Amino acid sequence: MTAAAQPFPGILLDVSHISKTFLSGGRKLQALSEVSFKLSAGRVTGLIGPDAAGKTTLMRLIAGLLLPDSGSITVLGMDATRDSLAVQSNIGYMPQHFGLYEDLSVQENLDLYADLQGVPREQRAARYRELMSMTGLTPFTRRLAGRLSGGMKQKLGLACTLVRPPRLLLLDEPTVGVDPVSRRELWAIIYRLVRDQGMSVLLSTAYLDEAERCHQVLLLYAGRLLGEGPPADFASALNGRTFSVQAPGMNKRLLQQRLRRAPGVLDAVIQGEAVRIVMHQPLAPEAAALLPGSGLTRISPIAPRFEDSFITRIQALQPEKTPMDFLQPPRTGGTATAGVVIEVENLSRRFGDFYAVRNLSFSVGAGEVFGLLGANGAGKTTTFRMLCGLLPPSGGSLRVAGVDLRLAAAQARARIGYMSQKFSLYEALTVKQNLDFFASAYGLTGKPHGQRVAWALEQFELSSYAGDNASSLPLGFKQRLQLAAALMHDPRILFLDEPTSGVDPLARREFWARISAMSEQGITVLVTTHFMEEVEYCDRLVIMASGELLKLGTPEDIKAAAASREHPQPSMEDAFIALIEAHEQMRMAS
Amino acid sequence: MNPDVQNRGGSRMRLRGLLRKEFLQIIRDPSSIAIALAMPVILLLLFGYGVSLDAKHVPLALVVEQPSAEAASFTAAFNASEYFNPQAYQDMRSAELALMAGRVDGIVRLRGNFVSRLVRGPDAPIQVVVSGMNANNARLIEGYVSGVWRSWLTQQAGLAGRPLAVPVSVEQRVWFNSAVRSKDFLVPGLIAVIMTLIGAMLTALVMAREWERGTMEALMVTPVSMREILIGKLVPYFALGMGGMALSVIMALWLFGVPLHGSLLLLFLCAALFMLAALGMGLLVSVVARSQFVASLVALVTTFLPAFLLSGFIFDVGSMPHVVQAITYLIAARYFVSILQTLFLAGNVWVIIIPNALALCAMAAVFLLVARRRSHKRLQ
Repeated sequence: MTAAAQPFPGILLDVSHISKTFLSGGRKLQALSEVSFKLSAGRVTGLIGPDAAGKTTLMRLIAGLLLPDSGSITVLGMDATRDSLAVQSNIGYMPQHFGLYEDLSVQENLDLYADLQGVPREQRAARYRELMSMTGLTPFTRRLAGRLSGGMKQKLGLACTLVRPPRLLLLDEPTVGVDPVSRRELWAIIYRLVRDQGMSVLLSTAYLDEAERCHQVLLLYAGRLLGEGPPADFASALNGRTFSVQAPGMNKRLLQQRLRRAPGVLDAVIQGEAVRIVMHQPLAPEAAALLPGSGLTRISPIAPRFEDSFITRIQALQPEKTPMDFLQPPRTGGTATAGVVIEVENLSRRFGDFYAVRNLSFSVGAGEVFGLLGANGAGKTTTFRMLCGLLPPSGGSLRVAGVDLRLAAAQARARIGYMSQKFSLYEALTVKQNLDFFASAYGLTGKPHGQRVAWALEQFELSSYAGDNASSLPLGFKQRLQLAAALMHDPRILFLDEPTSGVDPLARREFWARISAMSEQGITVLVTTHFMEEVEYCDRLVIMASGELLKLGTPEDIKAAAASREHPQPSMEDAFIALIEAHEQMRMAS
Repeated sequence: MNPDVQNRGGSRMRLRGLLRKEFLQIIRDPSSIAIALAMPVILLLLFGYGVSLDAKHVPLALVVEQPSAEAASFTAAFNASEYFNPQAYQDMRSAELALMAGRVDGIVRLRGNFVSRLVRGPDAPIQVVVSGMNANNARLIEGYVSGVWRSWLTQQAGLAGRPLAVPVSVEQRVWFNSAVRSKDFLVPGLIAVIMTLIGAMLTALVMAREWERGTMEALMVTPVSMREILIGKLVPYFALGMGGMALSVIMALWLFGVPLHGSLLLLFLCAALFMLAALGMGLLVSVVARSQFVASLVALVTTFLPAFLLSGFIFDVGSMPHVVQAITYLIAARYFVSILQTLFLAGNVWVIIIPNALALCAMAAVFLLVARRRSHKRLQ
């Protein structure tokens, strides 16, 4: 305890050669191997990595909630293993799902944590005032925690963690499931804590764009530390290797897919109207070499960013991959239907006197990739369920594939594929058994059945996993299998509900390559997502808030509408936040 | 400041915080109150009225092969009994058919030479056939019929002014439950079984709820100790469980009219010991079960079912196989059942109360200590 009382000029946290394995179903899972790093005071350190990289395990080890297999962790001069109670008394830790007591009010939750943290009574009033104004929860102190929005819950969780100001604050994925507006507010709070109170923050996240907001970044992948340093250092290692490519007249997804497979290109993603590429070598590529046979191509160098470096580093770990070519998946018949495929007019859905969706109107053309964007509770999932014929609308009309869903939902369902947010396969069945089941469920028998299952195994590169249980697949493969299952009956319309949440960036790129290929085939794709950069893959999108349509248009339209003198080139996130804020103000005014 | 003093003050503050939180949760989330107070009422009503070991209004076939004054007097004795609902049949054949069809549960046959055999003795003049499908019922019917027979014989002998012609006469006197009402014996046992379920369910569920909602992880990274977390759970649910106990006793006394011969204070002291053991079992369950669904199943299977079957509340422990009898010593409800039955039906019989209370003490201590040792401030 004497060590804890002393100031720490340099090192707050010393993690040395930490390894941790878990036993899961008789198999050993290496969660962390030989992770070492030091954390210095007064900074925001980002622990960046995709799901299952080992971020939560590392956080719990530092908080003394798990014991390492080997190695040592020193927190504020105390051993996290031996003195875990002392460590816990001196740090703040907010777990991924911070357990707020939902039956208790905001004030009662604060009181509980003040009691548990031993905050003297005379200091409480001032501390509460400060925390509530910082988190903007002052008007809600009497509200039950269960009645708060996702973003407000997260802020209350943070306030409870900070009720006694810790020297070191551990935040495990504080921004997951939080809408962009609240996400921005959380970041503002974190910066303020570091600036005003000299707190040190270790924060884990799967959002790569958040890395650039940290002073220092630890890159964790598959339980190993791939690198550490300021985010700018990661990016600057790629100086001279990143370019923006524009080919007017060519569909951006097609352009991206061609660039992905072009010689010398390591990574290609859509960014606005252009495609951003990372080259293997720091050499400006020739237009003719990149896109032989295409006319006007503009290539201009751009500044590298953190994500480029992340992809470069994890791609170096992957075994040699064959270039992904999904442009011609075999078709089992039928040609692309032209014209409008989905028509929604004044669609509403009421639950009691609460409107989950109100007066929604849009239409989607064949082969379009159409996005639905909105915070939690905006009505995206409800809209999806109505479109799939799983939930009857309360008002308005709805035509999918030319069929009125109120009259012939079953008929429409035969033509649509649906991939839900949660993993909805049979975990105890093998990959092949799952595919067989879904093929039968869609009425495929005999030869077509066998052909379709074989097609799925081959197209989705699942052949080598055919005999494995679905539960044992890595997340990216589970998601592939789920997509394959949704495609067994060769649907014309595909509904994807947050298909890429929790999947690492490489698997996400591959997933979008498949979606692009399907769209080329004339399959219409409707997708919800909370990754702003993925919206760039959409031809058009709607932005929803509290059940209403705020904006409909191409990504470029939506961004252009949000442009202002201070922000001539807003990002999709800026545009989204601007729209939501304007909507909130309108609601407050009325 | 002396860190020890600070720590003790902090411990009191933490405990108060936990207790207040638990209290608010109990008030706002009706599920705990439902378990502690509504469940005993429902279960007592269900079992108290539904489970009865008394047979009443048993449909019985009477076959009189040769009518006579004596035969008529004997069948009248059946008609007068509230235990039977006699129906006259012409011959044995039709009575047997009725028995097979389940219309009657037994047959009493008065042979043709009923009167002469009655006078001559030792041969049995009546034949009794009982449906053995429900063994318990069959024994009861048998007993009741022979009771009616015996009392009729006594009456006849009195009328005729001659001694009873039955070789051995059994004079029955039932002690401790002179009305032989099975309710008086069942309800106290039932209270023990119900309180086992409620005590174990309460703690197992509320601990699992903390795991499920992620609040446990948040609690664990505060300076709170596992001991404080456990005490914070025990105290409120002990109070709630005793509330359920009080409600059950009130129902036993006034709704079911079970007499209480022993001391009420002693009853609640023993109940407190038993409640600690039951809550301890719940805490032990919560060590393994971290979802509410699993916790309620495990609590049901490991506490309620053994208490129901092996506590001696319905099924007599003495007539179980030796291995099973040995197992019953591990069931806390067994000790509480015998304490309750003794206190309700016999009074403060110390030779029974003291050893059973000591056993409860030991079980409560073991469960709570093991639960404390098995609960770590670690997630794995």
